[in-house]
Amino acid sequence: MLGIVSFWLALGVLGLSLGRERDGVRLLYPASAIASGLVAWIAGHALFLPPASLVLPLGLPGLPFHLRLDSLSAFFLFVLGLATTGVSLFATGYFRTGATASPGLTFLQYHVFIAAMALVMLADDAYLFMVAWETMAVSSYFLVTSDHRHEAIRGAGFLYLVVAHVGAITLLLCFGVLQGFAGSYAFDAVRGVAIPPVWASVAFALALAGFGAKAGFLPLHAWLPEAHPAAPSPVSALMSGVMLKTAIYGLLRVSLDLLHTPSVAWGVSALGIGLVTALFGVMFAAVQTDMKRLLAYSSIENIGIVLAGIGLAIVFHAYGMHALAALALLAALYHCLNHAIFKSLLFVSTGAVMHATAQRSLGRLGGLIHRMPWVAWTALVGTLSIAGLPPLNGFVSEWLLLQAFLLSPELPNSYLRMLVPVATAALVLAAAFAGYVMVKFFGVVFLGQPREPSLQDAHDADRWQRAGMLFLAAWCVVLGVLPVFALRALDTVTAFLLGTGLGDALSGDWLFVTPATAERASYSPMLFLAVIVGALAAVYLFVRVRYRMRTRRGAAWDCGFPAQTPRMQDTAEGFGQPIKQIFEPFFRIERSMPDPFDTAPRYWSRTEDRLWYGLYLPVGRAVRWLSALVARLQHGRIQWYLIYSFVTLLALLVLIRV
Amino acid sequence: MIVTAQAINFIAALLLLVAFAMLSQRRIRALVNLFAVQGVLLTASTLLTASGTGQTHLYYSAALTLILKVFVLPLILHRLVRRLQLTGDVEMLINTATTMLVGIVLVIVAFNLALPISEFAGTITRGTLGIALACVLLAFLMMITRRKAVAQVIGFLSMENGLFFAATSITYGMPMVVELGIGLDVLVGTFVFGVFFFRIRETFDSLDIHHLERLRER
Amino acid sequence: MPILPFASQFLETLLAVLAAPLLIGWVNQCRAWLQNRSAPGLLQPYRVIRKLFRKESVLAQNASPLFRLTPYVVFGSMILAVSIVPLVATGLPLSPVADVIALVGLLAFARVFMALAAMDVGTAFGSLGARREMLVAALAEPALLMVFFMPSLIAQSTSLTTIVETLAHRPFALYPSLAFAAVAFVMVLLAENARIPIDNPATHLELTMIHEAMILEYSGRHLALMEWAHALKLVIYFTIGIALFLPWGIAEAGNWIAIPLAIVALAVKLAVGGAALAVLESVSVKLRIFRAPEFLATAFLLAVLGMLTHVLLGAGT
Repeated sequence: MLGIVSFWLALGVLGLSLGRERDGVRLLYPASAIASGLVAWIAGHALFLPPASLVLPLGLPGLPFHLRLDSLSAFFLFVLGLATTGVSLFATGYFRTGATASPGLTFLQYHVFIAAMALVMLADDAYLFMVAWETMAVSSYFLVTSDHRHEAIRGAGFLYLVVAHVGAITLLLCFGVLQGFAGSYAFDAVRGVAIPPVWASVAFALALAGFGAKAGFLPLHAWLPEAHPAAPSPVSALMSGVMLKTAIYGLLRVSLDLLHTPSVAWGVSALGIGLVTALFGVMFAAVQTDMKRLLAYSSIENIGIVLAGIGLAIVFHAYGMHALAALALLAALYHCLNHAIFKSLLFVSTGAVMHATAQRSLGRLGGLIHRMPWVAWTALVGTLSIAGLPPLNGFVSEWLLLQAFLLSPELPNSYLRMLVPVATAALVLAAAFAGYVMVKFFGVVFLGQPREPSLQDAHDADRWQRAGMLFLAAWCVVLGVLPVFALRALDTVTAFLLGTGLGDALSGDWLFVTPATAERASYSPMLFLAVIVGALAAVYLFVRVRYRMRTRRGAAWDCGFPAQTPRMQDTAEGFGQPIKQIFEPFFRIERSMPDPFDTAPRYWSRTEDRLWYGLYLPVGRAVRWLSALVARLQHGRIQWYLIYSFVTLLALLVLIRV
Repeated sequence: MIVTAQAINFIAALLLLVAFAMLSQRRIRALVNLFAVQGVLLTASTLLTASGTGQTHLYYSAALTLILKVFVLPLILHRLVRRLQLTGDVEMLINTATTMLVGIVLVIVAFNLALPISEFAGTITRGTLGIALACVLLAFLMMITRRKAVAQVIGFLSMENGLFFAATSITYGMPMVVELGIGLDVLVGTFVFGVFFFRIRETFDSLDIHHLERLRER
Repeated sequence: MPILPFASQFLETLLAVLAAPLLIGWVNQCRAWLQNRSAPGLLQPYRVIRKLFRKESVLAQNASPLFRLTPYVVFGSMILAVSIVPLVATGLPLSPVADVIALVGLLAFARVFMALAAMDVGTAFGSLGARREMLVAALAEPALLMVFFMPSLIAQSTSLTTIVETLAHRPFALYPSLAFAAVAFVMVLLAENARIPIDNPATHLELTMIHEAMILEYSGRHLALMEWAHALKLVIYFTIGIALFLPWGIAEAGNWIAIPLAIVALAVKLAVGGAALAVLESVSVKLRIFRAPEFLATAFLLAVLGMLTHVLLGAGT
């Protein structure tokens, strides 16, 4: 079981040593995929085993690297392994042609990135955690800017790096607080001490901010829709699917494992931020015109839902309502797993589309279901999952979370009881708009008529890409139809974090998910699917036997309108228009309306984030102003620098004297 | 007793529903009708409280409410609307959804404010104080968001309804003299408003209240 | 495994599926009477469906397999939905398969397929219909869920069987929150079934239609299935409303004697409900499409408010 550690390090080294060779790099991706599959397999077993730790003779003197594999890290390693298996398979096909400058370098960065994420999850002291965290940030920065000839991509990468480092600083401060009380950077020592509530809250706030910068919680989200789309698609898939989960992992590790005295206020703030983030994400996703940006905003939404689940779990936990806390946490964890899979699937499918058409703007796609049936049908599975529709996996986690919300009137605090209906409403609204967004995504990209003539030559995904996408789509279905097995496994994580899991409630019939009792709520996706398919088949057979299935192909009817061109379909802009109209105050919209007498009218509109102008630019200006002040000290004359040093020296001497 | 309390709670909820309906209603005439419905509900709740507790003076105030708020005032308002030829939609300053959202926040605030007070009240209907307070605040909100002066009067009257409901729910009504006084005030106030409207319209050719902005000192 | 519950389930579902067009026929008849028109026969929807089944299906040139699959998926989903909702008896074998949340999810599942199929041919009207439908749904679906949550809170359960049994068999009590829920539910029902303030089921006027625009490209047996599924959807909404707000008279699990009575009760309730719908449709006007979000937001916020009053007044008494 400890082999997993050295195994991952070995994989990193493998990437290092072979990454330089251009030939055969491509064939290493399947090997890497097999390795990832192994990781998922081992981690799946490790879920049920007691924690195991290992001290490596590396690192600082007096502070060797501590590694630990417990249920929590095993779960996130499982997520990592599963998603990377599919993505690496896909990457085999994706990096086949010269999509990036040097495939070897990309391969190296890709594996350093994966290995760093695994190390983040395994680290058991703050020092190793931060080293792995920074390695992850830097390697992903290089991956984001792998197409660094574009100005926009460089800008996105820079923004990403800045926010990542602001986050890292807050994390350092957070670990500093913890170390101050525990006297050691090792997590084991931190677990052992009781931290006063005020400082615990400070540590939690810092952790929320630091991990929030990585996960894209509002208002630290601005880099995400810039950076994720800029990277090559498999990397976008990993960033959205897995890297965001490392932040969730960190948050859970700090708030529920290291600090074991959660307070209601933490939970409420996490719940609030999570719901606002979810609504914000889905609203902006609805108005995007670039398919990868749309998916990136949808990631913000999903992460918000996960955070809301964690917040609710903390609230319940603080009140000692353990079964409910376990339910909410279970929902959040399951959503993590589901999001990792369907978001990876959708990102790689956009990769396949870009590969085939060299287009990523929704306004230039359409009708690809005819040219790329494999990609379209697997993407349909992902679309239905992410839209939270039964019987696929996205629905299960949302269902569990809603169940947790519905049980919350038992809370002892009347103010909280009042907030719960509002919170439920926000969650439900976000989930419903996700359906809108995903219909837009799938409909505009894959359905209808091609909006550009060049799309007629689009080719379907190759064998490796298909394998990767089928793998992910199959997991969407499996996790959706047979959730009980997955939930039983996940229950070990909640038992580890909260002390109690759901336990008995899940041990019943494998067909039915029953979070509390069967009278309270039950859901059986397997029977659900079976009845739909059965009814569908029966109706089909009936119609076929009873009426002869005569079919004729003709021109589209469209109310008899004669001249149909692809440009008459709804564009992505048009699809986002109602949302813009309803939520107008939240967007910053610039439009230009054409003149009625213009013979070649052009319409454009740009929708931007108010927070960018309200928060980021003022901060940017403030920083620039401060640095201008500091710059005045710089004259370039040696004498002045010597005087600075001299004055400092004197001041210090005086200070010591006093 | 339980049934009475439940029925009063139910009516309280309906009052809140009507308050929200008024908030989202665009037509003046429908607004007046909703005001009359509010009067009916108020009468019913007062009657129920009276029969449930045996406070005889509440019967009188129920009768007063019925006459004044269900028949007289709506009739006057309808006449006013007809005479002023106010048809069609009232312009709103904020869109309905946002107004309702603010309304929900107000409800939460009102309940939180009412919670400590209703702890002290010994009446069977103390749970409804929050709703009464919410009705007052919602009527206020309606006055803020409308452009036409008539809507403001209706808002004002419905605010009074909320206060009346609060009084019955927490202390089984105010002394008869006070109630009569308020009733008369409201009636006279409506007349005064009516006259006032005609003056406003003569001066500005419109009932849009933003014209009143011109009346300030330079 | 006892055979009787399964047989009962099968018969109940079959009955609902076969009787669904009757409700549409009844509503249309009532509407015609109210509007001083001579009414079409009660069985007119059956005739239409039979006619459509016999015709050949004309597919657009670039219709994909998704387009042909959708009518079956939608119809299959509606069959499942109608077998989950307790019509005449509770506690049927399929009822634990999905609770109210899953039921909303199921309706959303069918709707997403319909919207995707509408976009598939790539005509202007199809995508317009899909966009509008999804917009209406995006606001109506949360409202419906919130409506469901109020009885769920009262019954401490999201399973429809438990909700109905709790509401129908406990001592009489007035729930203020259910008043809000009922109003919001009626608004959602109108919106989701393409009824008048939001959509007009009797129009093919291009710029106002929503549902009709989505199924514009269907013909023959596909259209027949779509129309039938639409009729089933109306039945589902009606029976949900009956189960939540007027559950009296429904037969309990295992009580086979009560079933004939329950069928009569259901028929009466559906007839009254259908007539009420016709009245409601005749006295209101269709809203401009831009007003539709306001209408639905009102429904949603009413439902939220209902949940609030439940929590608040529930604490008070």
